[in-house]
Amino acid sequence: MATKFTKETYLYWYELMLLLRRFEEKTGQLYGMQKIRGFCHLYIGQEAIAAGCMTATKPEDKMITAYRDHGLAIAKGVSAKACMAEMFGKATGCSKGKGGSMHFFGADVGFFGGHGIVGAQIGTGAGIAFADKYNGNDNVTLTFFGDGAARQGMLHETFNLAMLWKLPVIFICENNNYAMGTSVTRTSNVVDIYKLADAYEMPADSIDGMDPEAVHEAVARAVKRGRAGEGPTLLEIKTYRYKGHSMSDPQKYRSKEEVEEYKQRDPIETSKQKLLEVFGVSEAEIEAINERVRVEVEECVKFAEESPWPSEDELLKDVYIDQNYPFIVD
Amino acid sequence: MREALREAMQEEMRRDEKVFLLGEEVAEYNGAYKVSQGMLAEFGEKRVIDTPISELGFTAIAVGAAQNGLRPIVEFMTWNFAVLALDQILNTASKMLAMSGGQIGCPIVFRGANGSAGQLGAQHSTAFESYYANIPGLKVISPSNPYDSKGLLKAAIRDNDPVVFMESEVMYGDKGEVPEGEYIIEIGKADIKRPGRDVTIVSFNKMMKVALGAAEELAKEGIEAEVIDLRTIRPLDWFTILESVKKTNRLVIVEEQWPFASVSSEITYRIQKEGFDYLDAPIRRITSADAPMHYAPTLVGAYLPDVPRTVKLVKEVMYMKK
Ligand SMILES: Cc1ncc(C[n+]2csc(CCOP(=O)(O)OP(=O)(O)O)c2C)c(N)n1
Ligand SMILES: [Mg+2]
Repeated sequence: MATKFTKETYLYWYELMLLLRRFEEKTGQLYGMQKIRGFCHLYIGQEAIAAGCMTATKPEDKMITAYRDHGLAIAKGVSAKACMAEMFGKATGCSKGKGGSMHFFGADVGFFGGHGIVGAQIGTGAGIAFADKYNGNDNVTLTFFGDGAARQGMLHETFNLAMLWKLPVIFICENNNYAMGTSVTRTSNVVDIYKLADAYEMPADSIDGMDPEAVHEAVARAVKRGRAGEGPTLLEIKTYRYKGHSMSDPQKYRSKEEVEEYKQRDPIETSKQKLLEVFGVSEAEIEAINERVRVEVEECVKFAEESPWPSEDELLKDVYIDQNYPFIVD
Repeated sequence: MREALREAMQEEMRRDEKVFLLGEEVAEYNGAYKVSQGMLAEFGEKRVIDTPISELGFTAIAVGAAQNGLRPIVEFMTWNFAVLALDQILNTASKMLAMSGGQIGCPIVFRGANGSAGQLGAQHSTAFESYYANIPGLKVISPSNPYDSKGLLKAAIRDNDPVVFMESEVMYGDKGEVPEGEYIIEIGKADIKRPGRDVTIVSFNKMMKVALGAAEELAKEGIEAEVIDLRTIRPLDWFTILESVKKTNRLVIVEEQWPFASVSSEITYRIQKEGFDYLDAPIRRITSADAPMHYAPTLVGAYLPDVPRTVKLVKEVMYMKK
């Protein structure tokens, strides 16, 4: 169980992953109570990816992902309160109540959003990286997408351009083995998604996504390449979603045993063990973290509940920057 | 509603070996909205085909197959995602007959859920009828009830031209009479869903509920609205609208499209041209707001046409003060 990572790193990982987990467990409950509506996709099970990515990057780096965006948004620094308020559809939400669960944004912390059209953000992410390269800074963009999204044509065109122009982008395929009800093996002859990079001679790797250390190390290598102007990397991170695709998924396509198998390797549990056994953190300290997280999630819900709805005049706001745009209002 | 759509596909697949269904989650998952439930079991994986999330790719395959003698039904999980395949629909399916001088047609049906369905946010809420209705070479159907859906989908599958068929997530659970035995509804014919003499309300798809709801309210005040369900958007059955306007002299259109160059814009042009002398008031309409659809419930309410605003507008074209 030896590790070259520090106690501080593990404390950070544990608290972050626990916050994401508890936040989303609450989200699930609130969805059941119809406080949260629309499509809602939980990240539960995939938290180690967010954790490892955060410690391997700097705040100026950017992130973009799909609709399964709660975990990455909060990890990147979008306020958890504002995220909860967003799902309630409140004016204080991180997208002013205009986006909902699938469309969290945090421009101030470099979070370029949750996107709803599968695969679209693969290209957008490369464009964000293009701008950083153009501006001559050494930021990189982490561009997340699912195993299902890997089958979109967008991936190939973007890989080609990103290699051609050596863009500082890290393509992260969060392979949770399913696109809704369709397993990876049912979507392609090539089931090792990282091998898709070969066609473009892009460096690529397959990573254990239940282990924040493995994620951190792979992302750190890719970040180094990106900052040095050597171009993109594809990381296929093998992970698992414990919950259904969205809130309305009967999950007939997989077995309970399969889900249990992954839960045995739960990154929150293993991080806790490491803190207790390797770093000699006391049960009381762990308990204090757990309590802090519990309070934070409670505060998120309270904030969301007490926040106002957006007023009707918001309907035509944020459609154009131009304040005098002549909308058709009949 | 989903049963009516399923029956249409099943009957046509039993009738014609060349008809097959493909799309995301249509087979093993039984359809994202359960329209194709049981169809894999009946027809097998040769004719009910799951695809990866590759809208452009699988649409291209279907379009190619149609050009080479098959009759595919492409299910888009929703029309929002069909935008990725628009190149194939617009630049290949709709134009090949013209470009080949009539040699190569494309007998294909593109179908799936269209428009908003509650608080789904901007990217999952667009109503696309007016986009596709702009395209020569396509036919566009957008039905409002199970009976029409079945008859029109069967007509679409038998049609030799490419047909766009717009359903609605919020209507799949709707119940309605569907007779035993086969029937086909001709494409391009509107239907008067409620006769009346005072004002004509035209609508289609789920906005028919708003139109009929408004007519119901208006009846309580002695106003008899004639409600026309377009059913087919392209070709547009403006004759039925004109005949009604000749009687009522007033026209209100209710649709979920955005206002600019919408279905109502086209109807308004046609009726002012063909029926100018019959109009006693300007033609008016209610569309979705001129903005992406936001998530918050307050903004969803403000965005979509509703019964109170339709009632109010009808009273305006009738010059009733309220
Ligand atoms: C272009 C497009 N097609 C279909 C959908 C419907 N859809 C939403 S999520 C999803 C599955 C995506 O799976 P994956 O990329 O593996 O991501 P995961 O949900 O596992 O995170 C599908 C088919 C969509 N949103 N966009
Ligand atoms: Mg997946």
